[in-house]
Formats: sequence, C-alpha cells, structure tokens
Amino acid sequence: GASPLVIGLTVFVLAIFVGYHVVWSVTPALHSPLMGVTNAISSVIIVGALIAAGTGEFGFSEAMGFIAVTLASVNIFGGFIVTYRMLSMFKKKPKAASGGRAN
Amino acid sequence: MSQDLATLLYLGASICFILALKGLSHPETSRRGNILGMVGMGIAILVTLFMLPELNFILIFTGILIGGAVGTVIALRIQMTALPQLVAAFHSLVGLAAVLVAAAAFYNPEAYGIGQAGAIKATSLVEMAIGTAIGAITFTGSIVAFAKLQGLVSGKPVVFYMQHWLNLGLGILTVILIIGLVTGQSGVTFWLIVLVTLALGVLIIIPIGGADMPVVISMLNSYSGWAAAGIGFTLENNLLIITGALVGSSGAILSYIMCKGMNRSFFSVILGGFGGETATAGGAD
Repeated sequence: GASPLVIGLTVFVLAIFVGYHVVWSVTPALHSPLMGVTNAISSVIIVGALIAAGTGEFGFSEAMGFIAVTLASVNIFGGFIVTYRMLSMFKKKPKAASGGRAN
Repeated sequence: MSQDLATLLYLGASICFILALKGLSHPETSRRGNILGMVGMGIAILVTLFMLPELNFILIFTGILIGGAVGTVIALRIQMTALPQLVAAFHSLVGLAAVLVAAAAFYNPEAYGIGQAGAIKATSLVEMAIGTAIGAITFTGSIVAFAKLQGLVSGKPVVFYMQHWLNLGLGILTVILIIGLVTGQSGVTFWLIVLVTLALGVLIIIPIGGADMPVVISMLNSYSGWAAAGIGFTLENNLLIITGALVGSSGAILSYIMCKGMNRSFFSVILGGFGGETATAGGAD
C-alpha cells in the first residue's frame, strides 16, 4: 500500500475541500460565532498533548504534555462557551423585538 | 480498545466537527453545530485516553480541570465587546500547545512511534518542524493581535525599512534550520526554529492595522489549524489531519470573505505594508 505520508496527504487535501465548501455560504452575522467554534475545534491538538502527558514516568515530555493539555483545555471550554454566548445573543434579538425577555 | 475501533471513532469525531462548521453557517442550525463540536471533542479526548498504554490519571485530569475552569470563568465573565481579543488570546494557546506537543515528540519519539531520540524518521521531523513553526507564529502573532485589540499597544501599523525582506530572510532561515534539524537531529536546532518563528509571528502581524484585526484573527485561526495538521502528520493521526485541514481552510476562506465584505484586498491585508493605503499610513509615522 501507499506510505502513511501519502495516505495522510490524501486525507488532508480532501478535508481542505470539505472545509472550503462547508464555510463558503456562511451568513455574515455568523462570522464571529463561526470563528469561535473553529477556535474551539482547533484545540483538538489536545490529542497529541494527552499522548505526551500520559506516557509513564514524569519527565520533560510529560511536563510539556501537561502544560499543553491545560492550555488546550482553556481553549476547549472557553471556545465553546464563548460561541454559545454569541449565539444566544444572536437568537435573542427577534425575541426582544416582540417584547419577550430571554434569560 | 483496538486501534481499528479507535480510528473509526476518530472518524466519527471528524464528522461531528464537519457538521459543527456546517451548522455554524446558518442561523437555524448554529446551536446544534456548537453542540456537535462539543460532542466531537468529547469523543476525541475519551478515545485518546482509552488508547493510552499507561494513564497518568492525576496529571491529565489536573490539567483538564485547571484549564477547563480557567476557560469557563473567562468565557462567562468576558464583556461581549471584548470578544475579538479573547478569541485572539485563545488562538495563542493553541499555537503554544502545538509547539509544546512537538517538543514532547522530539524528546520522547518512542511514545509517538516515530523512532528513537536522535534517530527520528526524516519525514516525521519535517512534519514536526512545520507544525512547530506554524504553532510558534500563531502564538506570538495572536499575542500581538490581542495587544492591539486590547489597546495595550497602538493599533497603528508598524512599518519599517526592509521589513518584508527581513521576514523573507527569516522564512528562508527557517527552511535552512529545518533541513539542519533533519540532518543533525540536534535539540539546539529545534529550539532555534522555535525562536526564529516566534520572532516571525510578531513581525508578520505588527504591520497590520487595528481595523483589519478581525481578518487577522481569522487568518491566525487558519494558522492554528495548519499547525494541528502538521502535528497530525507527525503522529500519523487522521483526526488531527482532518480537523487541522478543516480549521485551516475554513479560516482562510472566512478571512477572504471578510476582506471582500470590507472591500479590502486580501493580500494587502495579509501582507500589511504592501497595500497602498496601509503603506502610506505607516510611512507617515
């Protein structure tokens, strides 16, 4: 079969096309929440950090992994919650116009 | 859990992320999109934990608890007007995490199955170095974007003589250092790459004016994705490659769309001082 690098490249290029097509038709009002969610998703780097932190005896790599897990976790929780807050602001507007008060 | 099952579950997480981005492009599906993003991240973390040969439970959960608590408190307390700089600050964390993961892989390659210390596979080293370089640029670039938006430094473009040649020179130096890393496998070269690209991150963002920062944040988002993909190639992990490519391409497209919306040329924004009006604005200082 093909080498892991070539298989990885195939997956990589296909995913670039998916990203392009999925985002192309985004509504302008959703630019900021979309940035928030892509920011949260990019912390999938935590997968590499977990492998580094979880390899056994504590040493340099585990320390690097621990810090990376912590940083990525800030981003995961922060990113999704911030996106949630942006979206609830976005959803409130029509309700506020009809006199309702959400939350 | 077998490697095959883990890979299939990673595929499920990738699909969640694709649907999350898709959901966020339309108002009716946006909230569901955000939740799918959380589901995908949950699957990714759990599968990785199950696949670890040894689980440093206390270390990992301390990290997730501290980081999760800090992220939650900041995200709940932040004023909505300060959201752009918050997102910029968050990007810097992804960039730094990518650098740290690469450093961990460089000093403990056995854990990632990419060779022994001092005898790492050449392709893995190149991928690792690219991930490190983009991560470091994202880190310092995002800090500069944060500082400009927060008003810690002036939002005016910082332009100086021969700036683009300096950036080009540092870019070429990075390539030379990567070649040196592959041939020499030296830790010093690894950290030199980190240092040069940290400087490059600052230099790339300072010539861009405060008004263009939303585009820059989206661009840095894109960079953080490419960094994750670079690390994904090193670890031969399709989830990281797919997610990194998704974030990378969607961030780049979004910054292009935002430029068009503001009637700005994409390249003059990204390259800072090259654009006509930015150059004159900077030259007047």
